[in-house]
Amino acid sequence: MGHKSYEESIKDVYKGLVLLAVVTLIEVGISLFGKGHLGYQPGENMTWLLAIVAIGLIVLSLYKAYFIIYEFMHMGSEVQGLRMTVLLPCLLLVWAIIAFFQEGNSWFERRDLIKQKNERSVDDKKVNVQGSLYQPEETFIL
Amino acid sequence: MATDTIAHEEEIQERQDDHWSGGKEPFKASYGKLMMWYFLLSDAFTFAGFLIAYGTLRFSSATWPVPDFVFSTAPFGIHHAPLIFVTVMSFLLIISSVTMVRGVQEGHRENKRGVVFWMFLTILGGIGFLSCQAWEWNNLINKEHMTVTVNPFGTHVESGQYMEGDGHDINKGDTFKAGDSYLIHQHNGEFTPLKYQTTGGEIKEQEFGPKAFGALFFFITGFHGFHVLSGVVFLIIIMINAASGLYVKRRNGYEMVEKMGLYWHFVDLVWVFVFLVFYLL
Repeated sequence: MGHKSYEESIKDVYKGLVLLAVVTLIEVGISLFGKGHLGYQPGENMTWLLAIVAIGLIVLSLYKAYFIIYEFMHMGSEVQGLRMTVLLPCLLLVWAIIAFFQEGNSWFERRDLIKQKNERSVDDKKVNVQGSLYQPEETFIL
Repeated sequence: MATDTIAHEEEIQERQDDHWSGGKEPFKASYGKLMMWYFLLSDAFTFAGFLIAYGTLRFSSATWPVPDFVFSTAPFGIHHAPLIFVTVMSFLLIISSVTMVRGVQEGHRENKRGVVFWMFLTILGGIGFLSCQAWEWNNLINKEHMTVTVNPFGTHVESGQYMEGDGHDINKGDTFKAGDSYLIHQHNGEFTPLKYQTTGGEIKEQEFGPKAFGALFFFITGFHGFHVLSGVVFLIIIMINAASGLYVKRRNGYEMVEKMGLYWHFVDLVWVFVFLVFYLL
């Protein structure tokens, strides 16, 4: 902004439109290819192909996000401090993703166990309440 | 004493230039723009929380509805066109984002007519997106009978052969493999899961898909759609203000339009990720 002439910045905007449109079409193409809609049918043991497709899609989406933030929202022409205070906290999400997906995986592995335990009936009188905060007589449902 | 007054004024001037007295804008951005950025950051965390919840539940389920089977219908009777309709929706948002950038540019040039024109096109794009989403929701709720608690989109976990047909896509005697998707149809208001025989010889009935899918879908796309809706409302207000000449007096290069632009691009940005996790992956 400011450094470019009016005509140049208009041209940049339409270049951005073409770029985002092309990246989106590539994404849809990759996704349909990976699911076997474009002629090629992945075999039984082709999970590695799906993994590559997924990584490709994530990278392209992150590129789109970068482009929107830096070109359309003009983050590139903000001062360093503003850029960092907005973008750095987003790195916390990396941990959130790792931790929660790990958790999801662990739920998946314990699904049968949880189902078993859910079906087991508990006799209130026999529950050992010593040393625990659980007091059957005093519990009430809100 | 005259010199004293000048010294005093200089001191006041110095204090106003000081970072702590409001003389200088932090990060060279106005209060409104800075706060818009921080609002968007917090909103990004909200959306990230929802999308991570989607990923977590997807990881925790043995099967998950295949998006290009679930989202393969489009208006005008188009069937078996995976992801085509949502791609159109994505393009609508991208185009409206570009018209918004043009509006902000015209604002920097203090060109009132340009601002109003490009904001009007942006509003049309937003309304178009919302209409598409309304069609998609209507199709899922009224035709395919998916609700927040019932998910009729299932996936086979073993191969086999159908023992009856549903009058739609499945005929009696059709075979299927593990990983193939199906939709349990309703007849006279009741779900009618089909019976099938597995290759092992067992006779089973189609099972419903993971419940969480419907709730996550309606909640997350609904939350995004609500952002688009409020964006359209604010765009209309700001367009009317711009047309009335309110921002001409402020002489700040239509900063209100720029702040609105930040919000509108953010809505597009979120859609990039909603599109990724719900439709592409």
